[in-house]
Amino acid sequence: MYSLECLPSSKERLGKNRTVVTSFTVDEELSLLLKTYNGNKIRTSKYSLLSFLPKNLFEQLHRVANVYFIFLAALNFVPVVEAFQPEIAVVPIILVLSVTAVKDMWEDYHRYKSDHSINRLPCHVYSSKQKAYIEQRWQDVRVGDFVRLSCNEIIPADMLLLYSSDQRGVCYIETANLDGETNLKQRQVVSDLPLQGVDSPLESFHSRIECENPNNDLSRFRGYMEHPSGLRVGLHNNNLLLRSCTVRNTETVVGIVVYAGLETKAMMNNSGPRYKRSQLERHLNTVVLWCVLLLFIMCLTAAIGHGLWLNNLKDPVFMVDTETSPALAGFYVFWTMIIVLQVLIPISLYVSIEVVKLGQIYFIHNDLALYNQQLDSRIQCRALNITEDLGQIQYLFSDKTGTLTENKMVFRRCSIFGVEYPHEENARRLEVYEAERAEEAAGRSVTLQSGRSRSLSCRHSFVSLHTLTAAEEEEELTNHSQPSTRAFCSRVAKEVLPDPELVRKLNWFLSPALALSGGSSGSPSSLELTYITDFFLALAICNSVVVSSASQPRHVVREEQTPLKSLEEIKMIFQRLSFSPFLALPILSPPKIKVSPLSFTHRMFARGKTGLLNISPSSNSTTDESESSLEGHLETSSLRPKEDLSSRLMEGNSGQTDFREVKDDFIDAKMDGARQDAEDLTIEEDCKSDTEEELLYEAESPDEAALVHAAKAYCCTLRGRSAESLLVDLPGIGSLPVPLLHILPFDSNRKKMSVVVRHPLTGQVVVYTKGADSAIMDLTESSKGAEEAQETSRHIREQTQNHLDSYAREGLRTLCIAKKVLEEEEYQVWRKGQLLAENSIENREEMLMESALRLETDLTLLGSTGIVDRLQEEVPETIEALQKAGIKVWILTGDKKETAINIAYACKLLCPNDQLLTASCGSKDACAALLLELQLEVQRGGVPAAGNPGKSSSGGVAGFVLVIDGRMLDWALQDELKEDFLLLSCSCKAVICCRSTPLQKSQVVRLVRDHLSVMTLAVGDGANDVSMIQVADVGIGISGQEGMQAVMSSDFAISRFKHLRKLLLVHGHWCYTRLANMILYFIYKNVMFVNLLFWYQCFCGFSGSVMTSAWVLILFNLLFTSVPPLICGVLDRHTAAHTLMELPQLYSASKVSVPSMFWITVLDAFYQSLVCFFVPYFAFAGSNVGVLTFGSPINASCLLIILLHQVIESPTLTWIHALVLVLSAVSYFGFVLLFSLFCVTCSPPTNPLGVETLQMSEPLFYIICAVTTVTALIPRLLFRALFNTCHPSAVLKSAQTDRMDSENYGKKMQRWNLSRPKNRLPVCADNLGLEP
Amino acid sequence: MVKAEKEIANRPDNTAFTQQRLPAWQPMLSAGIVIPGFVLIGLAFIGIGVALFVTSRSIEVLEIDYTGEDKNSPCFKCSDQDVKNCVCNLEFSLDSLFEGPVFFYYGLSNYFQNYRKYAASRDDDQLSGDLDAFTSPSDSCSPFDLNGNDKPIVPCGAIANSMFNDTFVLYRVVNGVKKLVPLDGKGIAWWTDYNVKYRNPTVTPLKNAFNGTVKPISWPKPAYQLDTSDPANNGFINQDFLVWMRRAALPDFRKLYRRITEGEYEKGLPAGNYSLKIAYNYPVLSFHGTKKVVFSNVSWMGGKNEFLGIAYLVVGSLCVLMSIVMLIVYAKFKFPEDD
Repeated sequence: MYSLECLPSSKERLGKNRTVVTSFTVDEELSLLLKTYNGNKIRTSKYSLLSFLPKNLFEQLHRVANVYFIFLAALNFVPVVEAFQPEIAVVPIILVLSVTAVKDMWEDYHRYKSDHSINRLPCHVYSSKQKAYIEQRWQDVRVGDFVRLSCNEIIPADMLLLYSSDQRGVCYIETANLDGETNLKQRQVVSDLPLQGVDSPLESFHSRIECENPNNDLSRFRGYMEHPSGLRVGLHNNNLLLRSCTVRNTETVVGIVVYAGLETKAMMNNSGPRYKRSQLERHLNTVVLWCVLLLFIMCLTAAIGHGLWLNNLKDPVFMVDTETSPALAGFYVFWTMIIVLQVLIPISLYVSIEVVKLGQIYFIHNDLALYNQQLDSRIQCRALNITEDLGQIQYLFSDKTGTLTENKMVFRRCSIFGVEYPHEENARRLEVYEAERAEEAAGRSVTLQSGRSRSLSCRHSFVSLHTLTAAEEEEELTNHSQPSTRAFCSRVAKEVLPDPELVRKLNWFLSPALALSGGSSGSPSSLELTYITDFFLALAICNSVVVSSASQPRHVVREEQTPLKSLEEIKMIFQRLSFSPFLALPILSPPKIKVSPLSFTHRMFARGKTGLLNISPSSNSTTDESESSLEGHLETSSLRPKEDLSSRLMEGNSGQTDFREVKDDFIDAKMDGARQDAEDLTIEEDCKSDTEEELLYEAESPDEAALVHAAKAYCCTLRGRSAESLLVDLPGIGSLPVPLLHILPFDSNRKKMSVVVRHPLTGQVVVYTKGADSAIMDLTESSKGAEEAQETSRHIREQTQNHLDSYAREGLRTLCIAKKVLEEEEYQVWRKGQLLAENSIENREEMLMESALRLETDLTLLGSTGIVDRLQEEVPETIEALQKAGIKVWILTGDKKETAINIAYACKLLCPNDQLLTASCGSKDACAALLLELQLEVQRGGVPAAGNPGKSSSGGVAGFVLVIDGRMLDWALQDELKEDFLLLSCSCKAVICCRSTPLQKSQVVRLVRDHLSVMTLAVGDGANDVSMIQVADVGIGISGQEGMQAVMSSDFAISRFKHLRKLLLVHGHWCYTRLANMILYFIYKNVMFVNLLFWYQCFCGFSGSVMTSAWVLILFNLLFTSVPPLICGVLDRHTAAHTLMELPQLYSASKVSVPSMFWITVLDAFYQSLVCFFVPYFAFAGSNVGVLTFGSPINASCLLIILLHQVIESPTLTWIHALVLVLSAVSYFGFVLLFSLFCVTCSPPTNPLGVETLQMSEPLFYIICAVTTVTALIPRLLFRALFNTCHPSAVLKSAQTDRMDSENYGKKMQRWNLSRPKNRLPVCADNLGLEP
Repeated sequence: MVKAEKEIANRPDNTAFTQQRLPAWQPMLSAGIVIPGFVLIGLAFIGIGVALFVTSRSIEVLEIDYTGEDKNSPCFKCSDQDVKNCVCNLEFSLDSLFEGPVFFYYGLSNYFQNYRKYAASRDDDQLSGDLDAFTSPSDSCSPFDLNGNDKPIVPCGAIANSMFNDTFVLYRVVNGVKKLVPLDGKGIAWWTDYNVKYRNPTVTPLKNAFNGTVKPISWPKPAYQLDTSDPANNGFINQDFLVWMRRAALPDFRKLYRRITEGEYEKGLPAGNYSLKIAYNYPVLSFHGTKKVVFSNVSWMGGKNEFLGIAYLVVGSLCVLMSIVMLIVYAKFKFPEDD
C-alpha cells in the first residue's frame, strides 16, 4: 500500500482530483472517501411526495405572472379596497397554480418511474465476501466496485476498463445512447495490469486511480493509475467505459467504477429541453404592456371619477361611510378597480400559450410527412416554445454536407500517378441508382427484395434526442436486446465498379507474362504500378474502419495466422520486384519474377471461380474467416483443373499451404493464360462478390467507408483490424497482416489522418496520409532524389491538382493520398516523441498534434480521390419553395468554392442566368474595395436591393449570388466592413460562404440576425454546425450520418432537408397564424369583457361595483371562455396544407402583424363592449331593473358575442370546435342557472338567487341578447366578408380550397390505407434495385 | 414480423385528427353567404322591431314628480328637511281609461343603490332568519351593524337603513268625493325573495326574535311592525322591504309600490280626477335626487321601451343596406374573374 502520509486529506482531495480504490479496500480513510462519492442511484425527478407542495409552490412563485395573481389576491384582503370576497379572489391563483402543479407532478412522476426502472436494472458486481460476481441493481453500484459486463449489456456507470476477454485487451462500445453515433468505438484495457482473467482474484488489485473530478466532457478523461509498485500508468478516454453505452463484440469485460450515478459523464450531459423565447412572445410582452397601460388608465379614470362623484354628493341617504375624504376614497377605488378589471392583463394567456404550443408540437411531431420511413424517425421537437417562429423565418442558413446532401459518400473517380481514371461505369451505375430512387419515391411503395432477408444495417437506430435523459434510456434498453447493424453500408457505396483502364493496369502488373511480351500499348511503368498498389493499400488501411462480418455483426474478424504463402517468401518476391517507390528502377528482370506473379494472377482467377462455384459456406465463421475463405480458394482452384487435387486438399483441410501447391496452381494458371485477358473484368467483379457478403465496414465518417469499399473493388480488401495489425487482402497475394504502428487520427485542424505501418512486403516503416488537398499538397516533398524522380513528382502534382480542380467543379469531395517512407532511425526518433506525447497528462492534445505535424512532412503524393455526395431527395424543390416563400437561403460550408457552387447549382439555389459575384481577397483593404466594387456591380445590374427572389427569377439576369470564401469572410465580418458586407448580401438573392469555419458560420448568422433584425434559421447536421444552430433563432439539426451533436443542440431535429418545406411552409405558417390569432382573440375577449365592467362604473359613481355575480366574473375568463381560444390555437387551419405547399408565397404574404392588429382588435372590442353594454342599458333605463337582472343579459350576450366572434374568425370549424363552443355556452348557462337556483346566501353582496331563472323565462332577455349580439358582430362580419371578397390572397386561398374537395381526400385516404400493409415490411431503400 | 413492427414503431398514426385533416366547415365569409344572410337577418329584425315598437306604443305611462323643488309643486312645503310627518296631495286627471292592470311605482333619481359600499352593506345570513346573525351582524353591515350602545341593529346595513319610507294613498275624485282606490301590495316582490331568500326567524311571536336588537337608525318602527294591517307582511318578508332590498342597477330607477288590480279597477283606472296622498318622509334634495310616482301598464316585453323597437328597426335596415353594399362589391370583384 501507499504511504498515507503523502496523501492529502480526503477533503482536500475532493477539491482537486478523485481518488478511486477498490471498494473493499482495507484502508478506512480511503473507503470513507469512496463513500463520499455519489452512488449509482439516479434521481432526475425534482420532487418527493413531501417536498412537492413547498418546492413546487416556491418554483411557481418565481414566475411574474403568478406573483401578479397573488398580489391581486392579497390586495383583496385589504378591507378598504376589497372588491370580492376573499375566497373568490383566490380562485384564479389557485386555479393557475394547481393546473401548473398537476402538470409538473405528472412530468415528475414519469421521471420518477423511469429513474426507478433504471435504478433497478441488474448488473454483476464483484463481492469480496462471496468471492464472486453477484447480481446487483444499478443503484447499488458504488465507486470502486468491479463490474463485469457481457456482450450487449449496458454499462451502468463510468468505469475504467481493466479486463477484456479479447486477447488484445480491446473492448468495443457503442455510444448511440450517448451521442447517437452508432459506430463502434474501441476501448483499451489499462496497460500493464496485473489482472489476468475474469476470475482472477480481484483482491490482489491494489492499484490506486487518480483522475479528474466529474465533468461533462465526453471526449476527455485524464488520470493515472498508480500500482502498488509505485508505477504510474496514464489513463485516458480510451480506457473509460461510459455509462449507458453498450458493450459490443466483446464477450466479457471487467471494469472498476470511477464515476457513478449523477456524476457520470452521460448524466452530466443531460441538460434537458431547451428554452428559447420566440419573437411573438416578445411582441406579446409589448402588447401586455399596452394592456397594463390601458388598465392603468381605466383605473385612474375610475379613481378620479369616484373622487369627483363623492365630492359632488351632499349628504346622501345611501352614503355608507362619510369619513373618508373623496381623494382617499378615489385612491382606494384605484386598487379596487385593479382587482375588478384584473382580467384585462392576460396573465392566463401565458398558461394558455404554453398549452397551445404543446398541442402544436403534438401535431408537428405526429405529421406523417415529417416521418422518415427508412430511419423510422419522426421529427423531434426539442424546444417547445418557438413553434411560431417557424412561420416567420426570413433567412435560412444551411450547411451543405449532410444537410443538402445525403452524406452518403460514394467513390466516384480517382487519379493516381497523375493519371485520371474516370470510372464511367461507376458514374452510370450511380445514375441508374438515382433513377431508381426517383421511381421509388414516386411509387411510394417500397418493395422488399426477398433474397435479402437481412436488412442491411440501414436501420440506423435513430436515437431519440433525449438519449441522455433518463426517460428515454428505458426505451433504449429494450432496443439493445437486438443486435443492430450499422449505416454506411448502402449498396451504392459498396459496389464500386472499377475503371477498366485501372483494372488493366493492375492486371498487367499481376501478370508479368504480359509485361514481358508487351511494354508497348500504354503499359505502365513499374513505378506507376507501385503507386497504384500503394494508393489502394493506403485507401484500405489509412482509416479507423472497424470490420465485422455479416453473420455476426460487429464481431471482429480475427487476424489470419497463416497467409497464403509464407511471409518470407512474399517479401522476398517483392524485394526482388524492388518495390521502392522512390527509385524509378528499370523493368524487372524476367527470370526473377517468373514464378510468383503468375501465381498471383492465377490466384485471382481461381478466386473468381470460387464465387461462381459458390463454395464459400464456411466463410461466415467468425473467428477464422480469412482462413476459411482461403480454404475456399484452395479448394476451388484445385477443383477446376484437377478433381483429385481438390479432394486431396479437402482431406488436408489444414489451411496450411506449402509452396509446392502454389506451384501447382501456377502450372494451371499457365494453361489458362490465354483466356485471362478477356476475363479481366469479371475477375475483378468476382473478386469482390467473393467477399461482399461477409464484410461490413463501420466507419466514423462516411468518406472512409467509401474509400475502403473502393479499395475493395480493386481487391485490396481490409479484412480485419486489431490493435497491432491490420489484415489486408492484396491483389494476388491474399491476406496479409500489416503491422500497425500508429494511428494519427483525423483532426479538423490538421485536416488529415495518417497511419504508420510496417510495410508487409518491404518491411519498411511507411506513413500513409490522407487528407484535404489543401493540407496535403503543401506538404508533398518537392525536390529530393534524382532529377527524373523530381520531374515525375512535379508532373504528378500538377496533374493531380488539375484533376482535383475538375473534381471540385463537378461537386465531388476531394481527398489526397500520400505516403512517406521512414528510415528506421528516423522512425525511432519520432516514435520516442510520440510515446512521450501519448503518455503525458498535461496538454496531451497539443503534444500529439505537434508530433503528428512532425511526421506529416515531405510526403509523396500518390493520387487523389473524388467522392460523390449526392443531393438529398427533393432538395432543389425545397429550396425553390423556400425562396418563393421569401426566405433567403444562404449556404455556409467548409467545402471548396467550386464544390459549393456546384452544389448550389444542383440544388437550384443558383439559376443558370444568375450572376455570380465571387469575393475572395487577401487583405482587409482589398476586401473593402471589393465589397464596394461588387455593390456597384449589383447596382448596375439594376436588381433592386433586397429584391424579392420570387419575382426576380422571371427577369433576364435573375439575381446576384455572392460567393465568399473563408478568408474574405474573416475580413468582412470585422466591425468596419460588416455593414458593407450586409448591404451587399442583402442585395443578393443568395449567399454562399465556402471554406468557412464553424466559428465563422455562427458569426455570419449572428451578424445577420442582429443587424438586420430578422428571423434566422440554421440547419446543419454535424458538430461543425452546432454553434450556428445555437446562434440562430431557430436551430434545426439533421439527424444523419454524423452523430448527434447537431441534433442535441437544435430546437427541431429532422431527418431530411426536404422536411423543412412542410415544417416551415405549413407548420410554421399554421403555428404562427394560430398563435397570433389566439393571442389577439384572447386580448379581444378580455378587453371586451372588462370594458363592460368599466362602462358600468359610469353609472355607479365609479365605485367598483359590478353588475355580475363575483363568481361569474371570475370564472368567465378562467372557465367559460378559456377553452375556445386554446382549440383555435391548436386546431385552426387558416389555409389548407396543400395550398400552403403549392403556394409558398402565402408564407410571407399572409402574416398577422400582432402589434398593428392589436389596436384594431382593441377597437373592435371597445365597440362590441359598448354595444353589449348600452343596448341593455337603454332597454332597461329608468325601469325597475335590479343590479344582477341588468347584468344577466349583458353577460349572456357577451358570451354569445365572444363565441360567435370566434366562429367568424376561425377559418375552419371542425366538430371539436363546435363541441367546445357549445360546451362553453352550456357551461355558462348551466352554471348561472344552477347558481341562481341554489345560491341562497352565498356570494354576497351579489347574490344571484332567482335572477337568471327569472330572466330566462322572460322574452325581453332574448330580445336584448339577439339585438346586442347581432349589432356587436356586424362590423366584424362585414369586414371579413369584404376582406374575403376583395383580398387577393384570400381569393387565392379560397380558389385553392375549392379545388380540393372532400371526395378527393377520401380517395387518397383509401389508397393510402391499401398501400399501408406493404409498407410494413422492413425496408431499406438502399438495398433495392441492384440485387442480381 | 416482430422486427417489421419495430421498424415502423415510430410512425405517427395516420388519422384525420393527427394529420390535421379533420373535415371542417370553413366559414369563408364570402359575399355568397353573407348577402342572403344579411337580408334574412335584416328582414327578421325589421319584423321584430315593428312588433316591439307597436307594443311599446300601446303601453301607457304616467309619471309625476313630487320632489317639491319647484315652488308650485304641492309637495314644496315638505321639501324642507325640518318639516316632520309632512303630507302632500298630488292631484292628477286621466283623459281616458288607463288600461289595467296598472302598476304603481315610486321612482328615485340620482340615487346610487349600486354604490359598491352601499351594496355590500347587508347581512344575507341575518336576512335569511339566522338568529346568530341577529345578535352579531356581519362586519359588512358596518357602520350600520351596531348602534351607539353596541346593540345589534336588525336588519343591519345601509340598504335596510335607507329604506324608502314615503307612503301613498290613491283616491279617485268622483264628484268631489275622494274614493279610495284599493292598492294591492301582495306579489310585488320576487317569488324567490319572498319564499326562499328572505326568512323570518321561526319564533312566534316575531317580536321575540328581535329581543336585544334595535331597529335601524332611520326607521320609525322596528321590522316586525312594518305592516300593521297584515301581520304576515312583517319582518324580512315585508314586500316593500323586499322590493327595496333588491337594489336597482342604475341611479335613475323606479320600484314597484303597488298594483291596481282589484274591484272596479281590474280593467284599469277609469278616466277622471285622482288625488294621491303622499306621506313625504324620504329626503332626496340634499343630493339632487328626485322622487316621482309612476303609473304604468305592462306588456309581454315589460314596461314601455321604445328604444328596443327602434334598435331592431335600425339594425334590421342596416343589415339590408349592407347586403346591398355587399352585392355591389361582390359584383365588382367577383364577376369579372369568373368571366
